[in-house]
Amino acid sequence: MRIMKRFALAASAAAIVLTMGAAAGAQEPLKLTIASEGAYPPFNTLTPDGKLEGFDIDIAKALCDEMKAECTFVAQDWDGAIPALQAGKFDAFIASMSITDERKKQVAFSDKYYNTPPAIAAPKDTDIKGVTKEDLAGKTIGVQGSTTHANYSEKTYTDSTIKSYPTADEYRLDLVNGRLDAVNDDSVTLTEWLKTPDGACCKIVGLITPVEAIHGPGAGVAIRKERPELVAKFNEAIKAIRANGTYKKINDKYFDFDAYGSEN
Amino acid sequence: MTMTGNTTAPAAETVLRPPALPHPWTGTRVVGYALVGLWLALFIGLAIYLYNSWRIDLFETYAPKYWSGLQTTLILVAISSLLGALVSIPIAIAGLSKNRFWHAISTGYVYFFRGTPLLAQTFLIYYGLGSLRPQMQELGLWFFFRDAWNCAILAFTLNTAAYQAEILRGAIKSVSIGQWEGAAALGLPTRVTFWKVILPQALIVALRPYGNELILLLKGSAIVAIITIYDLMGETRRAYARTFDFQTYLWAAVIYFVMVELIRNLWNWIERRLTRHLVR
Repeated sequence: MRIMKRFALAASAAAIVLTMGAAAGAQEPLKLTIASEGAYPPFNTLTPDGKLEGFDIDIAKALCDEMKAECTFVAQDWDGAIPALQAGKFDAFIASMSITDERKKQVAFSDKYYNTPPAIAAPKDTDIKGVTKEDLAGKTIGVQGSTTHANYSEKTYTDSTIKSYPTADEYRLDLVNGRLDAVNDDSVTLTEWLKTPDGACCKIVGLITPVEAIHGPGAGVAIRKERPELVAKFNEAIKAIRANGTYKKINDKYFDFDAYGSEN
Repeated sequence: MTMTGNTTAPAAETVLRPPALPHPWTGTRVVGYALVGLWLALFIGLAIYLYNSWRIDLFETYAPKYWSGLQTTLILVAISSLLGALVSIPIAIAGLSKNRFWHAISTGYVYFFRGTPLLAQTFLIYYGLGSLRPQMQELGLWFFFRDAWNCAILAFTLNTAAYQAEILRGAIKSVSIGQWEGAAALGLPTRVTFWKVILPQALIVALRPYGNELILLLKGSAIVAIITIYDLMGETRRAYARTFDFQTYLWAAVIYFVMVELIRNLWNWIERRLTRHLVR
């Protein structure tokens, strides 16, 4: 691991410059570059003119205000998010990334800022009755690659064909046109999509009980391991916006339930 | 005293030869050595890194997956480049035709498929046509387009056919008009002239560009994972998503590199064989 990091640093002079710049700037008012994916409504999407918006972004802005940090936002492709974070292209990745043990080996996470259960969606006329392995045997299931949902599907639905897509947009296209029998993703993002004209084809078949080892405790802010002070700041800020009502205000803008999940 | 006697070397041994060319350490030469040194250092660094980060558990888990991904890549590239070669023949002939209609069709085809990215073509054929499912079902074509593999073969075939047609067309045109005239003077029919005189010479010219196209297609095939086919790159991404270990990508790069080297050497061999008669 150490060798890998050394190699990554040596390979990219730009990364070194960026990391040093970030360390030197710690004394001045905190300036953060925050990345998000922009393809996961309602949590993060890109507006037609290329700006990030959504629940994740609103939470990120609230956290920045709370930390009195100047934040700039950039869009980052999902698959490359962790290496880009490690290389110091940005300071934090806020894009509904589930806190998992596999990812924790690579980056640090703040406490969760929301936790919603995963679900299976399928066309309205589907014969799929539930979300167990037997219910989905022989079916083709679409997932977004490199997600907890992809891991869960590959481990659970071993009698089904799992197809992985670069973003949620693509598996949606294939669910609509009938190449897929079902998709597995977060219940909220699926529900929001079902409300759109494209999503009218389909329905939620059922919720999946999260598995701690795969799904983790919820979505958190991903931060480089070298910056524990930033993790602490984000944790304080999350607590603060939960306490002062800012979280609720943002939550109610998007959902009619508390996305935070159980307090723990 | 005796020493001086021995030093008189026989004059006959001085051979007349041009003076050694000056070979000074010019700036360019220094930069050249530095760059080669840098590349060597990077290469050695890569080898050391791969050696140090070797993990038998990763190898055992992912080697079979890489192997299946590699097979997918090879089959995809082999089928689509062969089909592309077939499709390219009529396109090249149409491109050489004096008939304006055929010429326009060929030019339009080549313009479109060379002028747009393979990624966009693959995406359009898979997702674009996929959204026309009701119409496709009416035409009875859905069984074909439902399958990602068929869509990939189709997109890659159409794309490489455009490039191969241009290679073929250019190569045929490169054979001097004198060859046609000579064959005509011998009374050979046009068809025989083309197959037995022109094409063999053209294919020697086309050989290198064909090799290039094969290499480009091999590497271009790495995009096929966006339509859910687990080729070598798709398996690599999956392995990376599980391990977050950069060596997954490095191994993929090494495998692609080896494949390209094999093609290059195969091509050298083919060229040596085909041009035996040209060696003096």
